[in-house]
Amino acid sequence: MNREAVTKEKICTAPKSKTGMPIMHCPGCHYGIIIRVICEVIDEMGIEGDVVGLTSVSCSGPWAYSFYFDSALCPHGRSPAMGTAIKRIHPDAIVFTVQGDGDLGAIGLGCFMNALLRAEKLTTILLNNGTYGMTGGQMSPTTLLGMRTTTTSEGRDYRVTGFPLHAAELVASMKGVAYSARCTVHTPANFQKAKRAVRTAFQKQIDGVGYSFVEFLSACPPIWGVSPVEALKFISEKMMAEYPLGEFKNVDSIL
Amino acid sequence: MAQTVLIDGNEAIARGAICAGCRAFFGYPITPQSEVGEYMSRELPKVGGVFVQSESESAAIYMLFGGVLAGERTMTSTSSPGFSLMQEGISWMAEDEMPAVIVEVMRAGPGIGTGGQQGQTDYRQITKGGGHGAYRCIVLAPYSVQESFDLIQFAFHLADKYRITVIVASDFIVARMAEMVELRTLSFEPLPEKEWALKGKSRKGGRHTIIMGGAFGHGGPQRYYPHMMEKYQQIVDSEVRYDTYKTEDAEFLLIAYGSSARMAEEVVDMARDEGIEAGLFRPITLWPFPEEAVRETACRIGKVLVVEDSPGELVEDVKFAVQGKVPVHLLGIWARHVPLGPGYWGGGSGIIYPERILEEVKKLI
Repeated sequence: MNREAVTKEKICTAPKSKTGMPIMHCPGCHYGIIIRVICEVIDEMGIEGDVVGLTSVSCSGPWAYSFYFDSALCPHGRSPAMGTAIKRIHPDAIVFTVQGDGDLGAIGLGCFMNALLRAEKLTTILLNNGTYGMTGGQMSPTTLLGMRTTTTSEGRDYRVTGFPLHAAELVASMKGVAYSARCTVHTPANFQKAKRAVRTAFQKQIDGVGYSFVEFLSACPPIWGVSPVEALKFISEKMMAEYPLGEFKNVDSIL
Repeated sequence: MAQTVLIDGNEAIARGAICAGCRAFFGYPITPQSEVGEYMSRELPKVGGVFVQSESESAAIYMLFGGVLAGERTMTSTSSPGFSLMQEGISWMAEDEMPAVIVEVMRAGPGIGTGGQQGQTDYRQITKGGGHGAYRCIVLAPYSVQESFDLIQFAFHLADKYRITVIVASDFIVARMAEMVELRTLSFEPLPEKEWALKGKSRKGGRHTIIMGGAFGHGGPQRYYPHMMEKYQQIVDSEVRYDTYKTEDAEFLLIAYGSSARMAEEVVDMARDEGIEAGLFRPITLWPFPEEAVRETACRIGKVLVVEDSPGELVEDVKFAVQGKVPVHLLGIWARHVPLGPGYWGGGSGIIYPERILEEVKKLI
């Protein structure tokens, strides 16, 4: 075949709002896919010029380098407080926080809950991988019962550590919330659903309805001690059993 | 001439901040400075500003951080225990070189201390940095209500000029006493736009900003610290401020700041009435500390008494400055007029009256 005759049509490219910064996460980690979800939605909505992204002390901290829009790395658990100020000062900006389960559910739970109580018009993206990945796999608020971690070597026991945090359901129970959903990116279909969830969340903020929240179940193969492929199974069999997917709240007015 | 009003130090701080273009305030109530936030909640919305009562000082400091990141002149105000809660955020803002303004109205003691009464026991924490990472903040210490009004304006200017956090160190007496204040708007040299502010890149010509932490952002500590040290040196070279009162012919030198300087100033005249030629040296910038001026003045006069409502913190900087060339004496918190008693309330009260300071001067002369 004549090489000249081969047509080259670009069918896939990096999102416009993603910088050339390489994705530096572990093999099988879903964070790179979630960056893509966020950036594709921002591209499709054409809001790159209005977005301020706040990342947190976690494996998602360096995401600020990946965003081709205004972004900052925030102290551990404090991005909802910082986002509050930025959003109040620039009401037309679209401010979102990216937080890990430890960042949001442990050290930053007070900050997060108070931002929800104030009905801030922010969007929070929770990355729930059930562990502290960055510090080497300790128990987090969303670690499954029975799951072994470096601080629950015999498995998480509710008599010692209580029960896993169901953030999306908790958020949905708050009056100031416009939207709350849980999704995954472990299959192509779920990737598309996740994009719809993030898009809806941003739209709620743009419409000024109230707080919007999207929780991602995300794989952490090295800490879970499984292969990237087994991690997909772990998500569908174990994580989704504890943390059901779906929309838990979707309203057009919080009053 | 600007309008003159009778207000207390807290209100002067709040009014001065709005005067300086502060348009966002985040804070949590704590005695003896809750009036600053109350005033801001009432007055900021009238000038299109933002007020949020945070759930804690640890949240307030990050709202302040966010406000500064958004490019607004932003302030918080607190008192000692709240200031301790803010240390992590101050450290972070130091790393990111954030031009924040923080008002610290000191009370006495660690922990709950006296629950909100007079004290100057945070000097070391404010001037040396209570957070981690070997950073510096500019510290301004007013000793009158007028100076509170003026220095808060200067604080916003310095913060923006050097992109550094500025702390205004007031105390219970300065904050709660009322004096006549001329509501004068101070003017300073014009400063460049904050192109780095986070507000969405469409609002700043399409250029986006990444705030990634100073040490990372500068390419590691080997680059970050020299950059910061150069900035700190510039501040040391050009922003040292102090005031002297009758030191030219003095044979005895008092050194004090804040409310203690107010007492000491009176002592100068009382002593002179009794034939003792006393003078006062008053640091206005606690950092950068007026080290050379203290050394020169103290060594020239020879007899030095530091007065502070504390077990002795300012005295350390004075001793460091004079390098052992003259003896440095201290009159501290034990010299308050109410003797320490067993009572819950009685134990915390009292202030160091001018009469007590004069007694000490006579003892040392």
